[in-house]
Amino acid sequence: MTALLEARDLVRVYEISRGLWKKPTLVRAVDRVSLSLSAGETLGVVGESGSGKSTLGRMLLGIDPATEGQVVFDGQPMPAMGTTEWRRLRAQMQLVFQDPLAALDRRLSIAEQIGEPLVIHGLATKSEVKERVAELMSAVGLRSDQAGRYPHELSGGQRQRVIIARALATEPRLLVCDEPVSALDVSIQAQVVNLLRDLQEKHGIAMVFISHDLKVVRNITDRVAVMYLGRIVEEASSDVIFTHPQHPYTRALVSSVPVPGRKLEARIILQGEPPNPARRPAGCAFHPRCPVVLPSCRTSAPKLGAVGTGHIAACHLIAQSDAPLVA
Amino acid sequence: MPFISIRDLRVAFDGTQVLHGVNLDVAKGEALGLVGESGCGKSVTWLAALGLLPGTARVTGSVTLDGQELCGASRSTLEGVRGGRVAMIFQDPSSSLNPVIRVGRQIAETLRIHRGLMGDAARLEAIRLMDMVGIPDARKRSDTYPHELSGGQCQRIMIAMALAGEPDLLIADEPTTALDATIQAQILDLLSAVRAETGMAMVFISHDLGAVSQVCDRICVMYAGRIVEEGRIDATFGNPRHPYTRGLFDAIPRLEGGRERLVPIHGTVPDPRNLSNGCAFSPRCDRATDFCRSNLPVLKPQPDGRFLSCFHPVTGISKSSCTSGQHESAAA
Repeated sequence: MTALLEARDLVRVYEISRGLWKKPTLVRAVDRVSLSLSAGETLGVVGESGSGKSTLGRMLLGIDPATEGQVVFDGQPMPAMGTTEWRRLRAQMQLVFQDPLAALDRRLSIAEQIGEPLVIHGLATKSEVKERVAELMSAVGLRSDQAGRYPHELSGGQRQRVIIARALATEPRLLVCDEPVSALDVSIQAQVVNLLRDLQEKHGIAMVFISHDLKVVRNITDRVAVMYLGRIVEEASSDVIFTHPQHPYTRALVSSVPVPGRKLEARIILQGEPPNPARRPAGCAFHPRCPVVLPSCRTSAPKLGAVGTGHIAACHLIAQSDAPLVA
Repeated sequence: MPFISIRDLRVAFDGTQVLHGVNLDVAKGEALGLVGESGCGKSVTWLAALGLLPGTARVTGSVTLDGQELCGASRSTLEGVRGGRVAMIFQDPSSSLNPVIRVGRQIAETLRIHRGLMGDAARLEAIRLMDMVGIPDARKRSDTYPHELSGGQCQRIMIAMALAGEPDLLIADEPTTALDATIQAQILDLLSAVRAETGMAMVFISHDLGAVSQVCDRICVMYAGRIVEEGRIDATFGNPRHPYTRGLFDAIPRLEGGRERLVPIHGTVPDPRNLSNGCAFSPRCDRATDFCRSNLPVLKPQPDGRFLSCFHPVTGISKSSCTSGQHESAAA
């Protein structure tokens, strides 16, 4: 199966100034990330704040230019941001944001906003836009009498539906969702997750689902990439990641998910804070917090290697033996 | 006798009633979880109890702490209670800390106000508290500003500050919501450890049922300004009876569940300005009847020890026999 989207050795370096006279620090927010996504597939990207998952999401759409590496969409390299070719391509790939109120224009009615991509990309005439907006609104479960409403008149869940409708307007083949349900209440979150799944199945959209909520990721994704300090440390099918995680970080992450009705027990509680991308530890970036650290972890960085079919991980311990890790 | 006792607490903002008579007791040393969706009144309950709501809010009812009435109490009485006997921590630690004062001094300030410690004594005690909440190299870190610390460490500073007044009760309002998963696990662990050490009671306000079950003994589920179900955490979560509690459980994706379809609660939280006369959950409830839509259920004790306000509760493993009797008593 050919990949719809492929990222090859993506690197994003930010400059952080530390004051007027000091030399700026270079931060590698995303560090040699490669991944591929087939049509209709959902890839979850999980990690803590500062792991580079949102930067990666923007890079996949070309909004954030890659310092090194390349994004290939449908066999063609991604054109530079702002060019006519890139704009044309952007109709096929859309972003769903976390905070719907910030992503919507509060002076435009929701119907105007849902129809806007069609106007911008010149995909429909005026009368067609109206028809298409009505279609989109019903597809995401908004009532037709809400078309003239403004964002502040809607609830959080309804606003997120507007964002999704707008993203779907151009019939994209790829949807990058950056924490799309994190700001929603549990009961509404389930509505939106189901909606995304239905739409995806119906239209065969490929989806990159960026989230820190592992429970939602478990429910919606086929494959999961775990990021730590800008790098992918483990990637496997969703079933494997959640039942047989190999990397000590993934293990801690999976075990830290609070399960309703269960007391504190058998959890791997990591020591220390998520590290600062500006001060990346030497060797394996995870070693200061790793419960099963070896001396070699402090000096050499492990490479991503296969640990099973369709399962890769970057850890010295996994490379050394097939025996399961015991924390 | 409960440590703090709330009776018929009602709150209205600009004539809109948002809290409809909440009764709640917290015993000494107990950990109580308060869950519900945004706008259900879980935070407002405690802000009202401690007199922290703005003047435009109309608060009625009674809040007694060890027999002392707090509702309508003088400012000096309330200030003696807040930060002293009852401390509170919030969701966003960085906005609760003063950005231009070193964290050690901020803790020392609390120590001066509530325990009368000055100078070196306050400084050393602040460092001891920072040590206690697990901040490495506390002596050096006490000289840093909040922006130099991560979110998890700022929350630890907030907890240290809350502990400074040696409170009997800590109100933790979504203390881990803004934190990463692994840091959330650390803070939950810390709260449990601190409670084991000091024996203080805790009210843990959260929308995360998982986090609540990790640190609490008892739970109250709130919906639209009322408590709808209350009980021991294992019994309530093992067998939720109120359709709303049940719905919350079904809506949460499960790690071991795989890709099965989620069961959402349809509709949205009602607007407090136009609540129906009946059960506030009835428009979203599959079990609701016409009776539910026109009559208000009352929170009643159940044979298994929990409290429930529903005419047609979910019948789980232990089938309750008192559901039929509720009809008459509520209608009467």
